[in-house]
Amino acid sequence: MRRDVFQAIADPTRREIITLISRQSLNLNEVAENFDMTRQAISLHIKILSECGLIMIRQEGRQRYCSIHPEKLSEVANWIEPFRKMWEVKFNQLDKVLHHIKSKKNVKK
Amino acid sequence: MSKNNPIQISKDVKNKKVNIKREFNARVDLVWKAWTESKLLDQWWAPKPWVAKTKSYSFKEGGSWLYAMSGPDGTSIWSIVEFSNIQKNKSFEASSSFSDENGNKNASFPTMHWKNVFIARSEQTTVEVEISFEKEADIEQIIAMGFEAGFTAALGNLEEMLQTELAH
Repeated sequence: MRRDVFQAIADPTRREIITLISRQSLNLNEVAENFDMTRQAISLHIKILSECGLIMIRQEGRQRYCSIHPEKLSEVANWIEPFRKMWEVKFNQLDKVLHHIKSKKNVKK
Repeated sequence: MSKNNPIQISKDVKNKKVNIKREFNARVDLVWKAWTESKLLDQWWAPKPWVAKTKSYSFKEGGSWLYAMSGPDGTSIWSIVEFSNIQKNKSFEASSSFSDENGNKNASFPTMHWKNVFIARSEQTTVEVEISFEKEADIEQIIAMGFEAGFTAALGNLEEMLQTELAH
């Protein structure tokens, strides 16, 4: 399954994780301390964020540190991408409407 | 089925504008019709899974369009659009505001000014949409709302999202 940044921010916990580690790099335990959920659950969110390219994970000894991937984050902050996607959806629908009225017109002729 | 034509979008925050450009494989009179008849607008104006439904429509200078966009969770967003400078098959302008179901404008959301230009090229038509705003911050707000309208099904609550630092 292909993951993208918009999937990453679809979940409120993941948005909070991004906010947290955008201030400073944290290891997994430090992230988990901020949430009222299991370390496993947090670990899964972090895995998704990493697969979406929003955060980077680096192993240091027994600890895994999470830090933000700034370019990807700005892709989200720009908001233009989802706006573009919305217009894509609308215009693809418009294509269908045009196709439909075009073929109706041909029948009438 | 042929591939969808690419869409060009540029954001010009300094001039408080967003430009959208797209080519359609149909003659200008048909494209114009699809943009200006409510029966057709209702079929494409709302990005799925949202649905647009017109309550009243009068496409003429000084006329207006009152419609609702309804989401899969049952919420409806009402908008009132006022038309001006209509040049048939060439261009028209519109001001769009969020409103209640009677068309009373909601002052807490920015008004968008639209200029839609239709450029005919034999069997193709290019549509250039210029959306301008009164304030820079309005662009971000509207784009964020477009984000919600397009992705409600997949994404969480916009308000929550805007409260995070991502909005900066």
